[in-house]
Amino acid sequence: MPLRRWWDRAQPVTGAPHVRGLGVGAEEWLQVARDVAAAGGVLHALWASCAATGERCAHERAVYGAYQTDGGVLVVELTPPDEAPWIYPGIEDIFPAAARMQRSAHDLSGARSSDPDVRPWLNHDRPYEFVRVDGEGVHEIAVGPVHAGTIEPGHFRFSVVGEKVLKLEERLGYTHKGLEQRFTALPILQGHRLAARVSGDSAVAYSWAYCQALEGMSGRTIPPRAAWLRAVCLELERLANHLGDLGALGNDAGFAFGLTQFSRLKEDLLRATAAAFGRRYLFDIVVPGGLASDLSAEAARALADVVRAVCAETVELRDIYDEHEGVRDRFTGTGRLEPERAARLGVVGLVGRASGQARDVRVDLPDAPYTEVPVTMVVQHGGDVASRVAMRFGEAHESGRLLTSLLSGLPHGAHAAEVGVPADGAFGVGLIEGWRGPVLVALQAGPSGSIRRCHPHDPSWQNWPALEHAIMGNIVPDFPLINKSFNLSYSGVDL
Amino acid sequence: MLKTLRKIASVGLISEPAPAPDELLRVRRAADATIAAVLGRALCIRHVDAGSCNGCELEIQALGNPYYNLEGHNIRFVASPRHADLLLVTGPVVRNMETALRRTYAATPDPKRVVAVGDCGCAGGILGECPASLGRVANVIPVDVEVPGCPPSPARILQGILTAIQG
Ligand code: SF4
Repeated sequence: MPLRRWWDRAQPVTGAPHVRGLGVGAEEWLQVARDVAAAGGVLHALWASCAATGERCAHERAVYGAYQTDGGVLVVELTPPDEAPWIYPGIEDIFPAAARMQRSAHDLSGARSSDPDVRPWLNHDRPYEFVRVDGEGVHEIAVGPVHAGTIEPGHFRFSVVGEKVLKLEERLGYTHKGLEQRFTALPILQGHRLAARVSGDSAVAYSWAYCQALEGMSGRTIPPRAAWLRAVCLELERLANHLGDLGALGNDAGFAFGLTQFSRLKEDLLRATAAAFGRRYLFDIVVPGGLASDLSAEAARALADVVRAVCAETVELRDIYDEHEGVRDRFTGTGRLEPERAARLGVVGLVGRASGQARDVRVDLPDAPYTEVPVTMVVQHGGDVASRVAMRFGEAHESGRLLTSLLSGLPHGAHAAEVGVPADGAFGVGLIEGWRGPVLVALQAGPSGSIRRCHPHDPSWQNWPALEHAIMGNIVPDFPLINKSFNLSYSGVDL
Repeated sequence: MLKTLRKIASVGLISEPAPAPDELLRVRRAADATIAAVLGRALCIRHVDAGSCNGCELEIQALGNPYYNLEGHNIRFVASPRHADLLLVTGPVVRNMETALRRTYAATPDPKRVVAVGDCGCAGGILGECPASLGRVANVIPVDVEVPGCPPSPARILQGILTAIQG
C-alpha cells in the first residue's frame, strides 16, 4: 500500500472528519498524486496560497492539493525552493481536472505549473486561443457569454459538421469577481456570509463547509440540535434544486407541463422554507457555532407536511415522465458519459454518481447528523441524461425521507454555541456534500480574527471538462438539454 | 396522458395578482417618459448576469412559475437584446463582463429601461468593488429602477419591472 506511507506521515487537520495534511517537495507532490490515482482516489481541489488578483505573492508561496481516498481526505502542501521563478510539477496528466485549477492558480497567485498549456483562465485581458478542428465541412459555432435564457454567462465554442458536434471547448471565468481576495478583507467570523454567495444555489453547502472549517480551528463542537438543523437546511437546498432541474429538463425535452408542475412544487417548498426559517433561500442561516435561528415544534411539523406533499407529487410526476414517450426518447442515450470515462476524468457529485462513481461525502465520511441518520446513496450507471434525471428523482426522494426523519427527531438543546476567533495561522478544511457534489472550503486564519486565505471549491471544477466529452457526437440542438442535466455552476468556478 | 390531464385539472388556476408598482424603487426618471405608451401592454425582457452568485437568477426564474405567471402579465423573456425593451441586470458588474454588458445595452433599441436586481446590482453588495469588479450596475450603464434584496423575492422583482415601465 504505497498510499499508506503518506497517511502515516500526515497530521490531523481540523474541520471535517478524517482530514489529514502533509508537507511535501516537488518529487513527492507528483508521487502522492500517482499513488492516490492508483488507489482509485479523486482530486477534490487544487489551489495556491495567494489571492491577490494580478499581483505577485510576496510571502509563503505554496500550492495545495486535496484528495479523497477510502481513508479520508489528504491535503498536500507543496512549498517551493527559495529561488524564483518557481515552476512546480503539474498533475494534469494524472488528474485531468487539475488543468484548469492550475491555470487559475497561476492567474491568482503567479505559481506556474509545468503544464505546457499556459493560456490564462480567469484573466481575460488577452484574446483567447481556442483549439481549432480542421477538416472538410467543419465549422465553428460560438455561443455566449450572454446566453438566451436566464442563466450565468460563459462561452461555448462548438466545432461541428452539419448538426453533429465534433468538439466543444468551454471558456469560463466571465463572472470572476476576486472572491478569494474579498475573503481576506472580511473578519473570519463573518466569512460564512461570503461563502454562501460563492454559488448562491449552494448557499447552505458552502456556509456549512466554511463553518465546519472555522469551528474545527476554534476547537468548537456545535450542539447536536445545530447539526441536525443544518442537515435540514442542506436537504431542503438539495430538494429545491432537484425540483427546479427536473422541471427545466422536462421543458428542454419539449414537455412544458413538467416545468409548470415542478416550478410550482419548488415554489411551495420555498414558501414553506421561508415560513420555517424566514428566508426562501437559506443564505445567512448557517452561522459559526450553529444556526442563526431556531425552529419551533409547530414550524418543524408544518415544514415536514409540505415536504411530504411535495415528495408525494414528485412520485406522481416521475410516473408521468417515465410514461411520456417523447420525453423518454429525448433523455435516453443523450449526452452519455461512460463510467470508465467518468472515472478517468475524476467526475464527482451527482453527475459522477449518474455514471457509476459511487461517492457521497455524507456516506463516505459522514459527520453529525449523518452518522445517526444514514443516507442511502443513489447511483446510476447509464451516464446519459436519463440517468442524471433518475439521479434527481432518486435523491429528491431520499432527501424527503431524510427531512422527515430529521424534522421528527430534532434533539433538544441549544441551536448555536459561541465560537471564538482561531489562532493566527490556524488551518481548517470543511467538506460538505451539496446538491451538486462535494463543496470544499480551505480556510487559514490571519492575526486578530482576520482571514489570511480562503479557497472555496465547487464540484463544477471537476465536472465542467466532462461536459465537453458528454456532448461529443451529439447534435447541437441537444446541447441545452445535456448542459442542463449537468447544471454546473459558473460563479462557483469563476471565483 | 390521462395522468397529465388529471394533474392539470386537480391543480387548477393558482396565479396570484401582480403587485402594484412601487415608486420608491425608482432611482432615475428617463427623459422619454413614454415607454408604456410605446409598448402597449406587452413587454420583452433580456436578462444579463453581469457577475452574480446565481442566487438572483433563481428568483428571476421563479417569475415563470404558475404563482407569478409572468407571461400571464404579458411579460416574457427574449433571447436577444435586439428584441428587448428592458434589461434585467444581476450581480456586481465584474471586469470580465463589462464589455458584454455595455454591448448588450447598446444593442437594445430605444426607448429602453434597465432594472438592477439584488443588493449586488444596486450597491455592489457583499461581492462588492475590487480590482476584478466595478460594483453596482449604475457604475456602468444608466439604471432606472433598483430592486434590493439578497436575493429579492420574485414579487419584489416583478414590482420593480412594473415600476420601470410606468415611467
Ligand atoms: S444580491 Fe445576493 S443573491 Fe443576488 S447576486 Fe448578489 S449575492 Fe447573489
